[in-house]
Amino acid sequence: MADMLPIKERLKIKRHEMPTLDPEKRGKIFEEVPTGYTVEDAISEAQRCLQCKVATCMDGCPAQVRIPHFIEAIVAEDFEKALEELKVTNALPAVCGRVCPQETQCENTCVLEKQKRPVAIGRLERFVADWNRNNVGHKLPVCAPEGEIKGKVAIVGAGPAGIACAADLSKACYDVTVFEALHKVGGVLRYGIPDFRLPKDILDSEIDAIKETGVKFVTNVVVGNSITVDELALEYDAVFIGNGAGGPRMLGIPGENLNGVYSASEFLVRVNLMGARNFPDFDTPVNFGRKVVVFGAGNVAMDAVRTALRLGADEATIVYRRTKNEAPARDEEIMHAEEEGVKFHFLASPVKINGKNGRVASIICQLMKLGEPDSSGRARPVPDEGKTMEIEVDTVIVAIGQQANPIVAKSATGVRTDKRGYFVASLETGQTTREGVFAGGDIVTGAATVIEAVGAGKNAAQAIDRFIRSKKLSVAEEANK
Amino acid sequence: MYVIKKKKQWSEKVFTCWIDAPWVARSASPGQFLVTINSCKGERIPMTIVDVDGDSIELLFQVVGKSTLELSRMNEGDSLYAVVGPLGNPSVLQKFDGPAVFVAGGIGVGPIYPIAKKAKEMGNKVISIMGSRSETLLVMTDQMREISDELLISTDDGSCGRKGFVTDLLREVLERDEKPSHIWAIGPAIMMKFVALTAKPFNVPLTVSLNPIMVDATGMCGVCRVYVNGENKLACVDGPEFDGYAVDYDGFMGRLTQYQEKEAVALKHYMELEG
Ligand SMILES: Cc1cc2nc3c(=O)[nH]c(=O)nc-3n(C[C@H](O)[C@H](O)[C@H](O)COP(=O)(O)OP(=O)(O)OC[C@H]3O[C@@H](n4cnc5c(N)ncnc54)[C@H](O)[C@@H]3O)c2cc1C
Ligand SMILES: Cc1cc2nc3c(=O)[nH]c(=O)nc-3n(C[C@H](O)[C@H](O)[C@H](O)COP(=O)(O)OP(=O)(O)OC[C@H]3O[C@@H](n4cnc5c(N)ncnc54)[C@H](O)[C@@H]3O)c2cc1C
Ligand code: SF4
Ligand code: SF4
Ligand code: FES
Repeated sequence: MADMLPIKERLKIKRHEMPTLDPEKRGKIFEEVPTGYTVEDAISEAQRCLQCKVATCMDGCPAQVRIPHFIEAIVAEDFEKALEELKVTNALPAVCGRVCPQETQCENTCVLEKQKRPVAIGRLERFVADWNRNNVGHKLPVCAPEGEIKGKVAIVGAGPAGIACAADLSKACYDVTVFEALHKVGGVLRYGIPDFRLPKDILDSEIDAIKETGVKFVTNVVVGNSITVDELALEYDAVFIGNGAGGPRMLGIPGENLNGVYSASEFLVRVNLMGARNFPDFDTPVNFGRKVVVFGAGNVAMDAVRTALRLGADEATIVYRRTKNEAPARDEEIMHAEEEGVKFHFLASPVKINGKNGRVASIICQLMKLGEPDSSGRARPVPDEGKTMEIEVDTVIVAIGQQANPIVAKSATGVRTDKRGYFVASLETGQTTREGVFAGGDIVTGAATVIEAVGAGKNAAQAIDRFIRSKKLSVAEEANK
Repeated sequence: MYVIKKKKQWSEKVFTCWIDAPWVARSASPGQFLVTINSCKGERIPMTIVDVDGDSIELLFQVVGKSTLELSRMNEGDSLYAVVGPLGNPSVLQKFDGPAVFVAGGIGVGPIYPIAKKAKEMGNKVISIMGSRSETLLVMTDQMREISDELLISTDDGSCGRKGFVTDLLREVLERDEKPSHIWAIGPAIMMKFVALTAKPFNVPLTVSLNPIMVDATGMCGVCRVYVNGENKLACVDGPEFDGYAVDYDGFMGRLTQYQEKEAVALKHYMELEG
């Protein structure tokens, strides 16, 4: 067992890089790109943590993961304990360790970030989850067997927000049912994020662990249509809505309904959820061309462009109206995309898609330059007047963001939405404008991150627990009068 | 769950089946559809809900490719992998002053039946027009007759009813003294386009139900988008019914061909495996 090194020694250790598959090889396969730490790497990386009394790293984690505690357990080579520590607050460590933008979250607030070498918290989290899955299996804390069921809660949507809320409520001895519209659970983790970033068997094993705690998942139920939120509110003690921001946003430019123009959601759903890369063994097809252009530079765009390459495109290009500095995707994703041969066309904004025989033939872009910062603090792109370019393409993928889907909201009387259709809810508790109905995740904040959705689900679970207990208490008091 | 309770073959390619789908049956209304998935490797196939009986829903479908062929080969007692719904918006019906006209092309009769039935129940005079290529392809005529005040039939080859197209019959109805208050038309895209052209001069409101390619059918992927009044709409959540005069039919038909090559591959692959 490794001992905790003295601080001076710890500071000497270099941050351990994440080994990855060779870019040449991986560009055509869906195997996971980062291959994970070895036990030695993990222990050595864990030694770098200073075990701060005031662990500022935790401020950066929306799920309040007990970072120094789980890292301490790694140093002590007690990986099972490390997982227990993680699962105190996060039911999805194998997922989060892979997809969290740590550089803007926990690692950004680590004291060592000042020296530009934060502890690789995400990689360690992933290591712990993987080690346990491969060696002893995943377990989640459960409600004590003799614990009395405190109430019934319905959850809408089996994405990270809903799953996290369900796991916490189940642990707190609630009878929880999650209703999911699709035929598989996981939300964006299932249908959006590709296998080369998040293998689906890893997602399955974390979800299985949650099922084992007694959470019921009911798939193929579209809340709003199959059953309304109003009906759920009658039947259950509380409802949590975590239906995500699953609507596609298109550009509104001429030619975008030509064949060969995809929304990123359609493209990724076909490949990830419906198995189109194994067509015709799976029934759902996907068309992909030789020359693919993706509009946008967020995580979704990177996932789409790297997927297109893996499906066999000769050329896959990102077209983005700002520059690499403003690109919202994680640094790691942009780097991986570059390594795999994705081309980038910055400062260009599509204005028209030209077709031939009903199919995409080329795109026309207005060239841009950077102007004053906008409300988000990023430099605003402004047209570089008179300069345009045309690129010949056969597939266009639009990845410029999501928007709120109206199905759930229209069936929820008294639950207010804002102008853009997002639920109005407290960020601390998830409380909506209707008693007993809570909401969190992308459907409240707009497209955000997995761990923010997890955090919202957890906060709501606590608020739901308080709400149901106080409701039952006042009912009991009424009865005693 | 999702057990096939009853199955009936109308003609070589057209089938009815009743499937156990309690989550759909409990809240389905005329005009809505659902999604079926045959197997764990299957596609999500949209189908209109023709009728509901207890926990079961009725579908009417035509074999056009791999998935519908596979479904047609499933038997009573077999289970589907998934049935999801109801999806889309219910038809907006009311008691009209004049007759309501229902135009069905081919198996468009499946989707039109529940709407016409509801219209009849609301006290409307229902005039139904059914058309197909030939008599053997006409289905559900008895059910339609039962709920219609008047049933008109046309076939392309004249083997049943009037020889010609549904649009010929529609024009005659529109030329009558008793002016219809509303038209519903459901069938192949090209038929709906011509119904719109035929009806336009008569100034009678027209509703059509669109059947674009869909994946999730819950407003997430955008594949079902179609220009209506120059604006992109999602047929699965904003429709499937739209103002028949506002739809960009040519764009709509263009998008229906997106996967033609792949669909042929899928069917060939299936036939090689299953014969
Ligand atoms: C391609 C892509 C890549 C991303 N990459 C990253 C990343 O690397 N790191 C990161 O942190 N974040 C990433 N994100 C963002 C992140 O995935 C989301 O912020 C997060 O998933 C939001 O979680 P959620 O639970 O609110 O919603 P979702 O994950 O969207 O889940 C919502 C669930 O509700 C279901 N649902 C919707 N409507 C209904 C209904 N009417 N009835 C029942 N169920 C319904 C949906 O089917 C879905 O399963 C990415 C997003 C995408 C699209
Ligand atoms: C809202 C809605 C309601 C529908 N209701 C019914 C119904 O009640 N009964 C029924 O039989 N069908 C209905 N359809 C059409 C049905 O979904 C398709 O026929 C089916 O998806 C074909 O699958 P396949 O694998 O058998 O054929 P594919 O191999 O996918 O297609 C074979 C042929 O059918 C054409 N095709 C593909 N998709 C569609 C489509 N969505 N509409 C029309 N043609 C298509 C293709 O261009 C091709 O020529 C509906 C579609 C929608 C969107
Ligand atoms: S801030 Fe950094 S060094 Fe300090 S406890 Fe957190 S991870 Fe360790
Ligand atoms: S869950 Fe994400 S943000 Fe939180 S500690 Fe883990 S990697 Fe960091
Ligand atoms: S089918 Fe996906 S949005 Fe309509």
